[in-house]
Amino acid sequence: MKRLTFNRKLFALPYGVLSALFVIVPLLVLLYFAFVDGDGKFTFENFADIFSKGTIKVLFYSFGVALLTTVICLVIAYPLAMILANSRFNKSALLVMMFILPMWINSLLRMYALKNLFIELLQIDTGFFMVLCGMVYDFFPFMLLPIYTIFVSMDKSLIEASYDLGASPIKTFFRVKVPLSMPGVISGIIMVFMPTVSTFAISDILGKPENIMFGNLINYWFTKNHWNLGSAYAFFLLILIGITMIISSKLTGGKAKATTGGIL
Amino acid sequence: MNEQKHNNPNEQKSLHEKTDKIIEVVGVTKVFDDVTVVDDMNLSIKRGEFVTLLGPSGCGKTTLLRMIAGFETPTSGKIFIGSKDVTYIPPHKRGINTVFQKYALFPHLNVFGNIAYGLKNKRIFDKTITDKKGVEKDVYRKFSKKEIEEKVKRALKVVGLEGYEHRDVNSLSGGQQQRVAIARAIVCEPKVLLLDEPLGALDLKMRKEMQLELKAMHKNLGITFVYVTHDQEEALTMSDRVVVMNDGVIQQVGVPKKIYDEPSNAFVASFIGESNILSGTMIADYNVSFCGEKFRCLDKGFEKNEKVDLVIRPEDIEISEQGQLEGKVIDVVFKGTFYQMEIATEGYEFTVQSTVGRKAGETVRLAIAPNSIHIMKKLRTTNTFVTVLDSDTSIELCGGSFEIINDGSLVKGDRVKVTIPFDKIELTDDESDGIIGVNVAQTLYKGSYYQVQIYTDTDEDFYLDTDIDWDIDDRVGLKIKPEDIILQKLEEENEEADV
Repeated sequence: MKRLTFNRKLFALPYGVLSALFVIVPLLVLLYFAFVDGDGKFTFENFADIFSKGTIKVLFYSFGVALLTTVICLVIAYPLAMILANSRFNKSALLVMMFILPMWINSLLRMYALKNLFIELLQIDTGFFMVLCGMVYDFFPFMLLPIYTIFVSMDKSLIEASYDLGASPIKTFFRVKVPLSMPGVISGIIMVFMPTVSTFAISDILGKPENIMFGNLINYWFTKNHWNLGSAYAFFLLILIGITMIISSKLTGGKAKATTGGIL
Repeated sequence: MNEQKHNNPNEQKSLHEKTDKIIEVVGVTKVFDDVTVVDDMNLSIKRGEFVTLLGPSGCGKTTLLRMIAGFETPTSGKIFIGSKDVTYIPPHKRGINTVFQKYALFPHLNVFGNIAYGLKNKRIFDKTITDKKGVEKDVYRKFSKKEIEEKVKRALKVVGLEGYEHRDVNSLSGGQQQRVAIARAIVCEPKVLLLDEPLGALDLKMRKEMQLELKAMHKNLGITFVYVTHDQEEALTMSDRVVVMNDGVIQQVGVPKKIYDEPSNAFVASFIGESNILSGTMIADYNVSFCGEKFRCLDKGFEKNEKVDLVIRPEDIEISEQGQLEGKVIDVVFKGTFYQMEIATEGYEFTVQSTVGRKAGETVRLAIAPNSIHIMKKLRTTNTFVTVLDSDTSIELCGGSFEIINDGSLVKGDRVKVTIPFDKIELTDDESDGIIGVNVAQTLYKGSYYQVQIYTDTDEDFYLDTDIDWDIDDRVGLKIKPEDIILQKLEEENEEADV
């Protein structure tokens, strides 16, 4: 009689089906739509549209905003993560929870709240500044968490060893703590940069028409039923993000893999 | 009073005059969360010495080392390095280096980067210049790149890793990582090298090799080594002097041979080497009785009929026709160069090592020479506490209320001295069956019974004798029968004297 054996590969099957249905097939559909016109004929027209002057400007603007958001998040999150990782200031990780808690609330809700707050209380109008604030506010936890995690798990004896070898606290910071925290910084950058470059809801709610981002354009074409243009825009952005990530992973020698679960 | 007056200035002098002392630990206490880890410790280490801090885990040896290194600050007391008070000086300004237990090599640097790390922080004397005002000033400089390269090369040669400069530290074996850690510390030419169980993670063969290498390094470099280990063999092999610690207190300091031959108490005897530890009675000077027989010994100065602990090393017991004790061989194990036998006599089961093996079941006679018997004062012979009656028929003791038999002379609130003999305390498996819950600190086999040391939640120690071997760190219950609690009323004015 044949015995029923559990092959471990069997457990991966549900995920395989799921990813085929919801990742691979949609991507292929996207690819198809990007390279055909309204009548289903093969064309490069959709991509040519991206290189019209106005679109390229929006593209550069989107990358600029994403870059700025990432830098601001990093500058705030890095020292904060270091302070939070010190158990003297953060007994039972309650403070970290306070920074993570906003993630539990719907992002749109928070953006509308922020908008009202800015306009009513601070008398600041919608626009670039408010978009930037919204972006930083929304994506900050994604920068904080990986850096915090790496500081919490950092081997204290390495820091002691540095002191022991005559390095002052400042030297120890630059020569031991910073290099050891790089994997967390890199995964933080990836987790903030990737979503900010393609987001559209935040710029929609907090920005003026001139603050539109590349994500807004994709959204515009799809809602206006220009599926072919929308697909081409989305595909183009996908390629750009892919290239950015490959470059950054090459630059850091793949050190971010441990904390990003090997996204790339 | 007179004596005290003389003593104090002398102490002060010895602290600063004797420059051959490189490390002085003076009255150091360290308390972590209400637990005293190091208790009023005094220790001095001579220049160039190889000193080992030896003790079971949790005895405070690593904490003491970390305080010398500067990673912990003593709760009270002072630490001197080369007659300079460093108690509150941060580790990077102490000029001593540590080899860490788990190496603590920097993973982002290669072997060269790790070893050069300390050198890059160092400033060395360059020259004396005369400035515009005519004042002579010493100028310090960094090591040049070439000097660093040379020093790293030399350090790698000392630890036997020539040509490993560009290797990634993560690709090295445990033994090689250990060597890099040692090279990283000695390349800085510290006054003192602290080693925190550096060989703990290595396999036995590697460990033996490194022991000899470290010993040779100590000889060649002339640096003072302070070595922490729980391995008594390691301590005896390598050290000039061994400091045996337990419960945050130094039990004995001495050269390895003295520690082995003349342990100062039962703890040291049981911790160092295999030994037979018995209870005996000093009948008179040079005469001791145990196992129902009288023996000649070399010790004197005890009170008549004083209860003592005595230690007899397994290799010092001879199987001979003329032996004083008769025993039956229970177990024989061949250990390569000798036989180890368990021989049961009246009242004690001896461990005996001999080159001649006997068969199990055989009846033999054991001879013990006077110089093989080492007599030690008992650490404590009864449990004594001072407390108050919390009712007319009970006393408050270590967080619990124990019933007593009151003959009517005591009333609630009276201060009493409580004495409880070792053999009148009962431990229970279930904490709730006892009057208070206690923790087992250590057990010591005394031949026919176990002597167990326990500590209460109020951090008081009890000693007790029992037939059962309790597991260390076990949580158990403790109870005492009312009739076994001996009470002595303390008068308010002479309580100090009585305690």
